[in-house]
Amino acid sequence: MNDYLKELISSGLRSHDRGNFDYREIKIKSDVIKTAEGSADVSIGDTRVLVGIKLDVDEPMPDKPDEGNLITSAELLPLASPDFEPGPPNPESIELARVVDRALRSAEAIDMKSLFIEENKVWSVFVDIYVLNYDGNLFDASLLAAMTALMKTKKPIYKDNKVIRENLNEYLKVNNIVVSTTFAKIGDILILDPTGEEESIMNARYTIANDGNNIRAIQKGLYGSFKEEEIDNMVEISFKKYNELKLLIENATK
Amino acid sequence: MEKPQLIVNGLRLDGRKPDELRPIKIETDIIKNASGSAYMEWGNNKVIAAVYGPKEALPKHTGDPEKAIVKCVYSMTPFSSLEEHGRSGPNRRAIEISKVTKEVFENIILVENFPRSEIDIFIEILQADGGTRAAGITAAAVALATSGIPMRDIPYAVSAGRVGDTVIIDLNKLEDNYSDADMPVAIAPRNNEILLMQMDGGLTREQFKKALEMIKNAGKVITKIQREAIKKPYEDLINKYGAKYE
Repeated sequence: MNDYLKELISSGLRSHDRGNFDYREIKIKSDVIKTAEGSADVSIGDTRVLVGIKLDVDEPMPDKPDEGNLITSAELLPLASPDFEPGPPNPESIELARVVDRALRSAEAIDMKSLFIEENKVWSVFVDIYVLNYDGNLFDASLLAAMTALMKTKKPIYKDNKVIRENLNEYLKVNNIVVSTTFAKIGDILILDPTGEEESIMNARYTIANDGNNIRAIQKGLYGSFKEEEIDNMVEISFKKYNELKLLIENATK
Repeated sequence: MEKPQLIVNGLRLDGRKPDELRPIKIETDIIKNASGSAYMEWGNNKVIAAVYGPKEALPKHTGDPEKAIVKCVYSMTPFSSLEEHGRSGPNRRAIEISKVTKEVFENIILVENFPRSEIDIFIEILQADGGTRAAGITAAAVALATSGIPMRDIPYAVSAGRVGDTVIIDLNKLEDNYSDADMPVAIAPRNNEILLMQMDGGLTREQFKKALEMIKNAGKVITKIQREAIKKPYEDLINKYGAKYE
């Protein structure tokens, strides 16, 4: 099976007649969870990721007393794949959450200063990534879902030491849209948006997050390596895909 | 704390030029129980790397009939930074660094030579001043080489970053905290294959290329220091006994 897939990919064929640098169909829905301050359900092919956003009153970080906090975590639910096991966060889910967190933070996607309430009180924004079905490329799906959910997040009101979460109309201030593109290297071939099957035979993975102008986060994964020309090629494609992905987010958040 | 001006008159706060590395010293075989080990001082970083194995993979079911599995633990002592006492146990950052470090060495070790075995790499940061994951990988590469475990190459790692419009190499802790981008990279110098790359902050495509160029130039210096450290015990022997090897 693996050899067959490798052979297909090295002869330039992918399932569903997909080109090497094409995404599968991407669907984005926002506001799917009413109890959360913001949420989004994103599918890329059969991969499906749900992100819920909650805001709580917290203390600021000592080195940033006038900014809110961003806390990103990811759950690879056992219901999402026979390969996911229950238990505490494993290196894979920690890596996923940290890469999404880096992209959001580096791109200054949220206006962190707008989360200041009063001295020693700020909003903490919790981005919880829940993988519902795994078929590859969790990085791009998770960042798309996080970005979409944040854009539709309504900020609770803090009044008389209480948090009011109902009948809100002020949106969280989002300054910048960042998206990522993830590539897999199988043998010597680079492909965009790998499926679960393709990820099971990839030797290396490369994720680039960009905001249209700047590279905002990079994460290379697995044992395989990349040549500099391959990196250049992936960076180029990542910037080319930006508008396409941004448009999907914008349409889902109108 | 206010953001300090990191570059004054073209020089960094520790007096370095943008493309200048901190001094690096490596000593090998400092842990007698290990198959290979190295102690490194990279600027104010102090790092120990030790390798155990190849040995039987345990628990047995984790063994791979086709190759050795590589395990890596990167950890910082609770007294390694100027901040408060660190918490015990690995935090999320350490787990991520352990994972990407392991992946570097899975590539570089001839794992196919040792089925059903495991090779353990331990990296302990005793004193931290920015760039510890790069220092850890660079030191672990030397520890592996001295252990005699066959490798395709001796990789090095170093960070590049950006302060305003200036791309800089080898960020110290202060620069790491206040820079506009940070990009640790590990490379196999023989063919310049990229084994690790992470980035945060912001880089234009031009700055990205410049950073990679600076990393490769720094790599020439680091590679030389690694090789000298690996050779040194043998040269000491030759000097002591006067033996000649052709």
